[in-house]
Amino acid sequence: MTLPQTSNDVSAPADTRGRSESRPGRGAAQAPRSRGTRSLRRRMMLDRAAPYLFLAPWLIGFVVITFGPMLVSLYLSFTDYSLLSPPEWVGLENYERMFTADPKYLESVRVTAIYVFVSVPLQLAFALIVAMALNRGIKGLPIYRSIYYIPSLIGGSVAIAILWRQMFGQSGLINQVLALVGIEGQSWIGHPDTALGTLIVLNVWTFGSPMVIFLAALRQIPVYLYEAAAVDGVTAWGRFRHITFPMLTPIVLFNMILQLIGAMQAFTPAYVVSGGTGGPANSTLFYTLYLYQRGFTGLEMGYASAMAWALLLVIAAITGINFWLSKYWVHYDD
Amino acid sequence: MTTNMTGIVGAKKSKTRKALAHFLIIGFGMLMLYPVLWMIGSSFKDTAQIFSEVSLIPNPVVTDNYERGWEGAGIGFSTYFLNSTIVAALAVIGNLIACSLAAYAFARLDFRLRRVLFGAMLATIMLPYHVVIVPQYILFAQLDWVNTFLPLIAPKFLAVDSFFIFLMVQFMRGLPVELDQAARVDGAGPFQIYWRIILPLTIPALATTAIFTFIWTWNDFFTPMIYLSDPRLYTVPLGLNSFLDSTGESSWGPMFAMAVLSLGPLFGFFLAGQKYLTSGIATTGLKG
Repeated sequence: MTLPQTSNDVSAPADTRGRSESRPGRGAAQAPRSRGTRSLRRRMMLDRAAPYLFLAPWLIGFVVITFGPMLVSLYLSFTDYSLLSPPEWVGLENYERMFTADPKYLESVRVTAIYVFVSVPLQLAFALIVAMALNRGIKGLPIYRSIYYIPSLIGGSVAIAILWRQMFGQSGLINQVLALVGIEGQSWIGHPDTALGTLIVLNVWTFGSPMVIFLAALRQIPVYLYEAAAVDGVTAWGRFRHITFPMLTPIVLFNMILQLIGAMQAFTPAYVVSGGTGGPANSTLFYTLYLYQRGFTGLEMGYASAMAWALLLVIAAITGINFWLSKYWVHYDD
Repeated sequence: MTTNMTGIVGAKKSKTRKALAHFLIIGFGMLMLYPVLWMIGSSFKDTAQIFSEVSLIPNPVVTDNYERGWEGAGIGFSTYFLNSTIVAALAVIGNLIACSLAAYAFARLDFRLRRVLFGAMLATIMLPYHVVIVPQYILFAQLDWVNTFLPLIAPKFLAVDSFFIFLMVQFMRGLPVELDQAARVDGAGPFQIYWRIILPLTIPALATTAIFTFIWTWNDFFTPMIYLSDPRLYTVPLGLNSFLDSTGESSWGPMFAMAVLSLGPLFGFFLAGQKYLTSGIATTGLKG
């Protein structure tokens, strides 16, 4: 077989030969030389088109299901839209209403902020402490790691939300245990002061996934650092303060951002535990739950879109602030 | 760190310390899992007993809850489980195909818009779902897809879960480039390289994707709630929730029984794919 010498592409000749071998039927009627150049041209066109063919499903999804809808929801956030009649432009009215004329909205912001800023630090603290306890060369680490991961696996499910509703109810598991030591508990879920606390406990309970990440990072810390510290007689707290924690700070930041974003969007537990109301007295009215109520129960799609965009901006701002603050406490090797 | 200090005393001390460490770790683990174990135990108890017994082991063992629960309220749980299985299985298939195709292009092919598109893909990872939910709903409603499984499945075939693309890109970048070059010399085109060389070597990342897609889809409550209002199409989480609504607080036994069953497949996948799961979380920070 003749190899096409016209090509600029160094790898092309060998390519072409192999290609016609693997697809013997193609261009068989033509003269060997022209067959070579022709299939080369086809080949080059295919090579150029290939990336976009591979990307086609994602590209379609990106345009039709992600980016397009994003723009549309930005537009809808400036409208009054009930699905039943066409959207009506109202300018910034939805945003104004959120902050000036909708106390329930502000309540949902308050509830979500407490949930996020109480549960995430606690969750990360547990994750770090347990990860360090597990990272001492003990046997059976994979089993322990799995046990501590289980709550993360199931924590977001309706099943666990149902369990929580029983556990923290008037005659639920928690009060049964308290009764054993002579304490008479209240309905933790039925009382506005404690209902949010039960959901915070639920989120802290799922510390397994950041813990697994901490564990992986702890193993990356070079042993010689600890050996040097041992020679110098550094205390356990000193080792944590000056070696473990600084080495872990990039992962702490990573886990923190991930968990903050996740917690801001929590929905299922609040919905199931409060029966979709966010009660009692709006004490579990998570942001996304209120958004759902406005958008899909009240059909205020414009308002719901404005809420969603406010959420996006807050998430972006919190992530940005986190990165900005990180230069003061996160330790990077390079 | 203290063991290498001096001889037998140190060894003995570390042995008791080790035993103590195991004891504490197991104890705390048990405390954490106690509610779940108690729910499993309680699913075999009489409803009255659920509210009076803290113990994990049911006595007597009652299987009545499972029979009553399985029948559900109106539509049985067999329908819900079937629906959930269909949705989860198709979501897994969709994510595996579409995400691996896109990941291969980003990781192994060179094209002009690569950096821009890759950046766009990364930007969507952290996008809250709520920002797109309203227009998506309008779109799917216009396509007449409400009250079908399509809104839950079709996006997966369009690689909307960009987290998994990122996971696979990271993995594929670690594979030696010589593989592609050798295959090209042997005359393989990009599709053959993808299918015969890259994909088989990406199996760990594919497994992580499959497991997480399954867990997320199986647990998902928000999306099915928005799109499915016909009880015959309910997935398990919707079924559980409507069971809770319709029976009120009266039948905790059957409710616990169905809640336990709904967690079964999660544990199954977890145990089967533990290796991939923990490595996947460790490399990308996915949440279960």
